[in-house]
Amino acid sequence: MINLAINVGQTQTPEAVLFWILGPLAVIAALGMLLVKKAVHSAILLAWVMITLAIFYIAQDAVFLGIVQVVVYTGAVMMLFLFILMLVGVDSSDSLTETIRGLRPIAITAALGFGGMMVSLLGRATLGRTSVGLADVNAEGNVQALAALLFSKYVWAFEVVSALLITAALGAMVLAHNHRIISRPTQRDLSTARFRSGSLASAAGLPNPGVYALHNAVDVPGLLPDGTAATSSVSETLKARGDVIESKPFQLEAREEEE
Amino acid sequence: MNAANYLYVSALLFTIGAIGVVVRRNAIVVFMCVELMLNASNLAFVTFARINGNLDGQVVAFFTMVVAACEVVVGLAIIVTIYRSRRSASVDDASLLKR
Repeated sequence: MINLAINVGQTQTPEAVLFWILGPLAVIAALGMLLVKKAVHSAILLAWVMITLAIFYIAQDAVFLGIVQVVVYTGAVMMLFLFILMLVGVDSSDSLTETIRGLRPIAITAALGFGGMMVSLLGRATLGRTSVGLADVNAEGNVQALAALLFSKYVWAFEVVSALLITAALGAMVLAHNHRIISRPTQRDLSTARFRSGSLASAAGLPNPGVYALHNAVDVPGLLPDGTAATSSVSETLKARGDVIESKPFQLEAREEEE
Repeated sequence: MNAANYLYVSALLFTIGAIGVVVRRNAIVVFMCVELMLNASNLAFVTFARINGNLDGQVVAFFTMVVAACEVVVGLAIIVTIYRSRRSASVDDASLLKR
C-alpha cells in the first residue's frame, strides 16, 4: 500500500485557529438553542450554527457544499422556519415545564451516554491511515469533480432525489390547500350575527383604538365617553402579545391633576 | 490539530439535537433540532470525505441537504395544518390517539 502519510492529516495553523474559535461557538449556540424559551431565538441560533458549518465545509475543501449550505439552509430553510413562526403566531414561546414526568432527566442521561459513547469511540478509532486530503481530487475544481461523480456514479440517486423533490412540493401544496366545509359568511350574515349576539354593544362595529386618548396609537385602548378605557378597541393579537399600553396616563383628567 | 476534531463537533451537535427533539415541546423547535442533527451528520460526511480523499462523502452530504429540504417543506406544511385545526403547535396537544 502506498504510504500517504504526508502532512495533510494535521491541518494547518489558520484552520486550527478557525476551528477552535468557531467550533466552541457552534456548540454553545446549539446548547442555547436548546435552552432559550422563544422559538424565534432558537431559529436565529440555529442559523448561526448553520453558517458556522458552512465555514467548516469551505475550510475542508468542500467549497460547493459550503455555498449550498448558505443558500439552502440559512437562505431557504431558515426563512421557511421563520415564515412559519410568523404564521403560527405569537404564542409560539415554548413552555419549558416537563409534561411527561421524569422525561427530562432520562433524556439527558441517555443523551450523555450516547454522546460519551460517540466521543470515546472517535477517540479510540483508528482509520488505518492518515488523512488523505482533497488536493488531488479537487485539482480541476471542486464543482467539476463533484459534477463528474454526481452524473456518473450517482446519477440514479440524483434522478430519484428529483422525484422526491417534486413529490414533496406536491405534498406541501396538498397539505396547505384547505377546502371550506361551510361557506364563507357574507356581509349580511355577519351583520345579522352582530345584531343577534345578545348585547347591542358591538352592533355598530367595535370602537377604534387611540380615540380620545392623548396617545394616538393602535396599542392604546380608546376612551369611552365616561373616561374608562375601551378594552375591546385593541386588537386581540396585541393583547395576546402583551403589547397593550395603559391609556390611563393619557387621559385628560390625569393631565389636569398634574397642572 | 487533527481533522478528526470536526467529528467531535459533529457528535456533540448531533447529541444536542437529539436532546432537543426529546425535551422541547414546540413542534417547530423540534423540527429545528432535527435539522441540527442532519447538519451534524453532514459535517461528519464532509470530514470523512476529506480523510478518505474522495468526494463520495460530499455527494452524500449534498443528497442529505436535498432530503432535508423536502422534509422541512412537508413537515412545516403538516405543522401548519395541525395548527390550523387545533390552534396549537405543541407536540403534547396532538394526543387524540391516546384516548
